[in-house]
Amino acid sequence: MADVSLMKLVKAYDRTEVLHGIDLNIEDGEFVVFVGPSGCGKSTTLRLIAGLEEVTSGEIRIGGRVVNNLEPKERDIAMVFQNYAIYPHMSVRKNIGFGLRTAKMPKSDKDKRIEEVAEILDMSALLDRKPSQLSGGQRQRVAIGRAMVRDPAVFLFDEPLSNLDAQLRTQMRLEIKKLHQRVGNTIIFVTHDQVEAMTMADRIVIMKDGYIQQVGTPAEVYHKPANTFVAQFIGAPSMNMLPGAVNGGSVRLDTGAEVALGHRLESGRRVVLGVRPEDLAPDIDGAALVEGQVMVREPLGHETLIYVGAGDAEIIAKADGRLPPELGETVSLTADPANIHVFDAASGEALT
Amino acid sequence: MAVAEEIRASSETLLDRKATRRPANLGQIIRWTILFLGGILMVMPIAFMISTSLKWPHEVYNLNLIPEEPTLDNYRYVLEDGRFYWWFLNSLIIATITTLSNVFFDSLIGYTLCKFRFPGRYIVFIAILSTLMIPTEMLVIPWYLMSQQFGWLDTYWGIMFPGLMTAFGTFLMKQFFETVPDDFIEAARIDGLNEFQIWWTVAMPLVRPALAALAIFVFLGNWTAFIWPLIVTNSTEHYTLPVGLSSFGDEADVAWELIMTGAAISTLPTLIVFLIFQRFIIRGVVMAGLKG
Ligand SMILES: Nc1ncnc2c1ncn2[C@@H]1O[C@H](COP(=O)(O)OP(=O)(O)O)[C@@H](O)[C@H]1O
Ligand SMILES: [Mg+2]
Repeated sequence: MADVSLMKLVKAYDRTEVLHGIDLNIEDGEFVVFVGPSGCGKSTTLRLIAGLEEVTSGEIRIGGRVVNNLEPKERDIAMVFQNYAIYPHMSVRKNIGFGLRTAKMPKSDKDKRIEEVAEILDMSALLDRKPSQLSGGQRQRVAIGRAMVRDPAVFLFDEPLSNLDAQLRTQMRLEIKKLHQRVGNTIIFVTHDQVEAMTMADRIVIMKDGYIQQVGTPAEVYHKPANTFVAQFIGAPSMNMLPGAVNGGSVRLDTGAEVALGHRLESGRRVVLGVRPEDLAPDIDGAALVEGQVMVREPLGHETLIYVGAGDAEIIAKADGRLPPELGETVSLTADPANIHVFDAASGEALT
Repeated sequence: MAVAEEIRASSETLLDRKATRRPANLGQIIRWTILFLGGILMVMPIAFMISTSLKWPHEVYNLNLIPEEPTLDNYRYVLEDGRFYWWFLNSLIIATITTLSNVFFDSLIGYTLCKFRFPGRYIVFIAILSTLMIPTEMLVIPWYLMSQQFGWLDTYWGIMFPGLMTAFGTFLMKQFFETVPDDFIEAARIDGLNEFQIWWTVAMPLVRPALAALAIFVFLGNWTAFIWPLIVTNSTEHYTLPVGLSSFGDEADVAWELIMTGAAISTLPTLIVFLIFQRFIIRGVVMAGLKG
């Protein structure tokens, strides 16, 4: 087991830089999830850690050891790929045992280790099957088994669940999390799905365009987003963004509404207020944040999403599941000032 | 991933598709007639080969399919003439070694060109491809001069060296390795295999059908090769089967009945190769279409 640290990590393909200096410390035994839109450099970072790509500049340490110039097999890592990468011409047993091929241990120990792993993954009965006789979820478990069998210091997962259907994905999510609690190895998990990130991670690393936007626990990135990108990326539906300008101790929104600020900012400064749909509630004391007609309703059972037209903007709010406002009804919504996030309009950085 | 399954499935559908019986319409009758005539056309040379091998010399130039006095004398002669075994063995050795060499080297080069990124990779690939456009006839003279300089004339090596690797095989294998996902290779790399082991234990099993097709092409190509072996060999004991068979008879007369007898016997290995690999050969024929 080991901690992983990335220092000023840069990766360029030819002359295009795709990672611009990643700094990150991952503790021993931590479950860290890299999340971000497609193309933001998550896989590249993971592949650099695995040793599948060469570092352009910067340093990678695993367990305190600089691994920049080590081969993947010398780094004490194992990786699970999106399309499983299990070999169709080998049985489950052979596939799981593949990770031990080059290990120097007696055959009987290897067999025992394979059985152990199969036991953990609940696959003992399937050891002699071929991959073509397995379901998608079982194949993914074989791939995980192959990574586990070597008991690496660090597990790397690159979007391992995105080929599975929604239900199976939820189930595997839980299984991987349980697995982590059981074996305790460091895990670095890449996904573009913020729900996966929120549910599994000890800490989330949010990336965009080759930069880290924020690192924090799920609660931190949800409740204290560092900028508008994180604010809108985490949480579904996305946080509403309301532009306005500071006016003394409050903010005058472009829609005309006036919102009291918890802290002072210089007057005239352009800002964006962020409010999550779930934090918007019907206004009762006449201090509406947004007012407008319900344009669309999306019933989800326990709640209903309503899209409220407020000026040019469309605001999403969560309303009651049983008694949502009618279509076309004018609603006025407000939010607890504690739940209103203030961002600089120009840089998008949170102002607190 | 499912390369093998996919190919097997497609060849099986091609081979065993059972037509459900429906009343024939005119279109079908015409189609069947054409296919029937085509079939006859394909079978005729083989029928004549076997028929001629059963004839006496004086009857060879009669076009009758059924010999008037069928005889096995030609077979007795060819099989008792020691040279035939030599030629057969020569052809077998040469075709086998060349096949193994092609399966090994073509796939190694194809794999390298497909899965490794290195400067000049594209140029190398184009250079290899461009040699496909040069016909054998044009190469025979340079090969000959080369063999002469190196002292390879009239040796096994001399017969084999031009075909030990082929541009077509390299191209074929490169295209097939494209179907092997990079994840497989990278997973193996992380598991600690070296590049050669990855190629051999991971990539090669995944392209088995292509290897089989390549083996058939190369084996048949070398088994029937004529011009180059004819030019490079001098002594009868180095002849390959086609060259040896053509030498039956003398200047005045060609002993067709003996040639046909030898040819009939020499189709046996190709028949065996076909029966073993028939499920792949259909795919092979499809791929031959690539070569044009
Ligand atoms: N082999 C490569 N050559 C050139 N550019 C690449 C290569 N691999 C990835 N990139 C680029 O690097 C960026 C990050 O890619 P990647 O790490 O795969 O993103 P993701 O976050 O979706 O996993 C993308 O813009 C991609 O186009
Ligand atoms: Mg990716």
